Amino acid sequence: MGVAIHLQVNGKSCQDEVEPRLLLVHYLREHLGLTGTHVGCETSLCGACTVLVDGRAVKSCSMLAVQADGAEITTIEGLTSTPEANGGLHPVQEGFWEKHGLQCGYCTPGMILSAVELLRENPSPSDAQIRRALAGNLCRCTGYQHIIEAVEYAAKKLRARKR
Amino acid sequence: MIPAAFEYFAPKSLDDALRLVERHGDEAKLLAGGQSLIPLMKLRLSVPRYVVDIGRIRSLRSIREEGGWLVIGALSTHHDVESSEMVRLMAPLLAETASEIGDVQVRNRGTIGGSLSHSDPAADYPAAMLALDAQIVAASSSGTRTIHASEFFLDLMTTQLRPGEILTEVRIPRLPERSGSAYRKLHQPASGFALAGAAVRVSLDEVGKIASAAIGITGVAVRPFRASGAEAMLAGKKPSPKLLADASEKVADGVEPLADIHASAAYRRAAASVYARRALEAALARAEGEKG
Amino acid sequence: MATATKLIGKPIKRKEDPRLVQGIAHYVDDLTLPGMLHLGIVRSPYAHARVRSVDVSKALAAPGVVAVLTAEDVQGAIAPIPCAAQIPDMKPAPRPVLATNEVRFVGEGVAAVVAADRYALRDAMDLVEVDYEPLPAVVDLEKALRKDSPRVHDGLADNAAYHWALEGGDVKKAFKQADRVVKLRMLNQRLIPVAMEPRAVLAQYDRGDNRLTLWSSSQIPHILRTQIAAMLNFPEYGVYVIVPEVGGGFGSKLNVYPEEALACHLAIKLEKPVKWNEGRRENFLSTIHGRGESCDMELAVKRDGTILGMRARVLADLGAYYQLLTPLIPTLTGLMICGCYRIQNLSVEITGVLTNKMATDAYRGAGRPEATYFVERAMDAVAAELKIDPAELRRKNFPKPKDFPYATATGLIYDTANYQGALELALKKSGYKALRRQQAALRKKGRLLGIGLSSYVEICALGPSSAMPAGGWESATIRIEPTGRVRVLTGSSPHGQGEETSFSQIAADMLGVGLDDVIIVHGDTSAVPYGIGTFGSRTLAVGGTAIYRCCEKLRDKLLKIAGHLMQEDPAKLVLRAKQIVSKRDPKKSISFAETVGAAYTAKTLPPGVEPGLEATHFYEPSNFTFPFGTHVAVVEVDRETGEVKLVKYVAVDDCGNLINPLLVEGQVQGGIVQSIGQAMLEEAVYDDQGQLLTGELMDYAIPRAADVPKLETFHTVTPTPVNPMGVKGVGEAGTIGATPALVNAVVDALAPFGVRHLDMPLKRERVWKAIHQAPSESAGRPRRSK
Repeated sequence: MGVAIHLQVNGKSCQDEVEPRLLLVHYLREHLGLTGTHVGCETSLCGACTVLVDGRAVKSCSMLAVQADGAEITTIEGLTSTPEANGGLHPVQEGFWEKHGLQCGYCTPGMILSAVELLRENPSPSDAQIRRALAGNLCRCTGYQHIIEAVEYAAKKLRARKR
Repeated sequence: MIPAAFEYFAPKSLDDALRLVERHGDEAKLLAGGQSLIPLMKLRLSVPRYVVDIGRIRSLRSIREEGGWLVIGALSTHHDVESSEMVRLMAPLLAETASEIGDVQVRNRGTIGGSLSHSDPAADYPAAMLALDAQIVAASSSGTRTIHASEFFLDLMTTQLRPGEILTEVRIPRLPERSGSAYRKLHQPASGFALAGAAVRVSLDEVGKIASAAIGITGVAVRPFRASGAEAMLAGKKPSPKLLADASEKVADGVEPLADIHASAAYRRAAASVYARRALEAALARAEGEKG
Repeated sequence: MATATKLIGKPIKRKEDPRLVQGIAHYVDDLTLPGMLHLGIVRSPYAHARVRSVDVSKALAAPGVVAVLTAEDVQGAIAPIPCAAQIPDMKPAPRPVLATNEVRFVGEGVAAVVAADRYALRDAMDLVEVDYEPLPAVVDLEKALRKDSPRVHDGLADNAAYHWALEGGDVKKAFKQADRVVKLRMLNQRLIPVAMEPRAVLAQYDRGDNRLTLWSSSQIPHILRTQIAAMLNFPEYGVYVIVPEVGGGFGSKLNVYPEEALACHLAIKLEKPVKWNEGRRENFLSTIHGRGESCDMELAVKRDGTILGMRARVLADLGAYYQLLTPLIPTLTGLMICGCYRIQNLSVEITGVLTNKMATDAYRGAGRPEATYFVERAMDAVAAELKIDPAELRRKNFPKPKDFPYATATGLIYDTANYQGALELALKKSGYKALRRQQAALRKKGRLLGIGLSSYVEICALGPSSAMPAGGWESATIRIEPTGRVRVLTGSSPHGQGEETSFSQIAADMLGVGLDDVIIVHGDTSAVPYGIGTFGSRTLAVGGTAIYRCCEKLRDKLLKIAGHLMQEDPAKLVLRAKQIVSKRDPKKSISFAETVGAAYTAKTLPPGVEPGLEATHFYEPSNFTFPFGTHVAVVEVDRETGEVKLVKYVAVDDCGNLINPLLVEGQVQGGIVQSIGQAMLEEAVYDDQGQLLTGELMDYAIPRAADVPKLETFHTVTPTPVNPMGVKGVGEAGTIGATPALVNAVVDALAPFGVRHLDMPLKRERVWKAIHQAPSESAGRPRRSK
């Protein structure tokens, strides 16, 4: 039995009829073809599936698509269209590239979106605040140090732009 | 990975929601933020026939003052609570506790009503509810009733809530003058849940003696509890390191601690004492600074 | 190197990243084919049971279900999982792709269900009814070896899969001459690799071409192709393995798995594309585990700290069946057991033990972290017993730089090293002397600071073919295209290490072109020459050298053609910045583009030179390489709770020359944090029924950002003579060098309590117990794990 949903994904309006049990992550990946959002566990612990729902970081594997009815969603694919990206890569994406903040890249989209939320809330986070903000995102490759540096890079760049 | 099929309702009002839960009883599950329920459904540890998504009942997401009470609507997310100025002012313990729950993503979706209804024995909120003498309001089609936190948590994942009831809000009484509070927990490194968590509120009298102390402990036993023996030891005394240590020693007296691969009963007991003392120290320091 | 170096040695940011940071890269699960079906595996909930019957009728009748297979259906059609390791007198323990009449670990596949979509599939899987008769499970290693133990495999004389022994020098004499014998029993616990991308497989069959395409998240596309062809008895030329983006491997994808063969079999049978995705719980149960070795070590020592000899007895937990390299991994422990010390008299005995658990196999470090841990812990035990500073004890027993190449008692030739240099730098950078003073001062106040050292040597760049089951070479084909762009086809299969960048740096420098003029192609077996794969810290040192040699061939050809065009002796020409220039007269030059064009238009080629610009090189290394280093960990232990805080971490690694320091840094940082995971948090815990209690991320902790401090990393550079670039490999250094430093630090912190050793992981309760010696409280109520 389908339930009608209407939401904005990366600025585009999406209308669909979905099974109520459909997970948001599967809706994004399989119905919309936005495969940049990854699945790394089933217990809501790895954060690979993180997207922004109404601007807040959320694990899309622990949310039903029907719960997102009416919401505005930003996935990794939509980040270059945000005002912060200024037509290029988002500064957080750029930071990950500059500072070698990724290796296999699987956790990266979720990690980046968590960092985007952090920097919107706190433009000058300390090392400890960044580590805390990323506690919901697991990375097995980098050891996190370069990720921290990537977020610091982005914070600096975003601050400089605001001045 | 994938929940079993269910029938879905998304009522827009509390009355509609109450009608639905009354009609479907045990076969229905309430869905708020879904941070506990959806993982359980994905693992098929929970297979409800009906899911009543109360997430669209806007009136349940509010934080307000009402006659000296801090009133927090059930759908307030952990992030709402940790970042609310009003909560920080009126019940800083609750804001501190909320900030220790899970991770950013969980705090953005998880709700206070969902967490309390689910009542995981290692959840963070229950310790604060106990220490703050909170009142939990439950609605049903026959009206509302208020349950004191000390009577709310019954057993492993079991609360006073009856089928057909919906937790609608939490009411926190005004703190006495010269109060301080703190939440300290030893977290399970994989899940972030509390292996032992202590939420403490202490209030001082005019000469600096402890007028009253409230200690809520979570993670240690099948349900959260008040460390009443320790509280009694503290009441009316001048705080000293020895007093705090002696009282903390007693926090898990008479309690049968949980044991699992993450911590034995003995370790939970010991950690509860240490973390209770640390929370007491922090709470006292805040009370002495009158920062609350 | 003949050409001027411009890119090699520089921290170039990665070419891979733009697609990855935008979410537009493709992992296997991101691929969708028309008509694609989904495969799921019904798995055993028992560690050991007889399968009385499997009833698939209800599942078959469920909506969307296309097929359900059991062992009977694939008998004779799919051969068991291959094992490439051969150890003399090894007992057989082949893994069938679906359990036949017995299941031997929790998670073993019993039936395969195929359905139209994931949701229908998940529903149908619950409908497969399996009737099990539980049998006693073999879990504990010591008990498994008792005569009265149940057998993992009926019909085997016992659960000892093999005994492997090695002896060098005169051990008896060494122990007779010893002033003291220091003994230590240690466990290097079983771990779960937890690559962030679980495994995923997609298979497609084209009947017209009799072509089978397999997309898999794998580290070894070619070996997988060969083995799938063999398992299915399908012509290898018709099998196309494609490895797209891989979300981490750490050895767990250096294997051949039942799902790969089953998806292929089903794609052929159903003539529809078949996809399988591993869930995280499945990943914990049925993708290989690592480590799982215990060791009784004895060191014969003189009063002054000289190590005279070593005896080591190792029990290795192999699990129920052999995966690709299962039996081989513990023998690497044996080969590296004397670490970076002059221990010429030794005996090592390794017993591989069959248990009712998932197979162990290569997990980042694969046998070497265990060896390093055992010897480094034992060295600290010696230091404590003889009251010698651990740094001094290590210094005393290192072979000197002039002793290299150094022959070990285990039969290896260490290429080159300066162990002292790395140790001294680590001591200096960590402020070791000051730390010891600080430790003494804090101890007086009752605070528990611990300082741990680990000096390690690892065996990398695997390796000469003589020592490798499937060959130890690597291949490259390079084409300079008519437009002057360079296509590098490598047999290596990088999956996060960044070789699209480091290989480009090598090719660009060697051929005098820019970084963006080079593309690296890997992982597609129909495009690239046969290769061995990415593992064993071999990709740069072996695969990179193949590229280097290939570039030499092309460079020589380019110079020949240019010489012909310029009327100049090719030996007097150099290639740089897209120009071929005369060494005698720098004004005399010809462009790279013109020379490339001449190779293709083929009108003015020198006699005997073929048209085109393509070269292939299969590089066979003459030896392994042996990177080394010293790590220093500083911890403070909370005496009330046993919590360990990592205060400072200094790593000095020597991996020879650095092609891209940024990538090296990434490997070192990531490796150390995996080590922190092993030392502090991680353990695959099975109960005595063989149930995996740490079966998901809810219960198995891997380090999070807030769990680790900033690490300080440094290098010494001792280039290896084994390959022309002098590179050794760095992918596993962190997981090999760091674990013992961390444990040594915690044990050092607990010295005031007389603690001599603690097994990993150093969970808070374990440390707390060591401090408080509290009797365990047994009356706890069991808590349901969520």
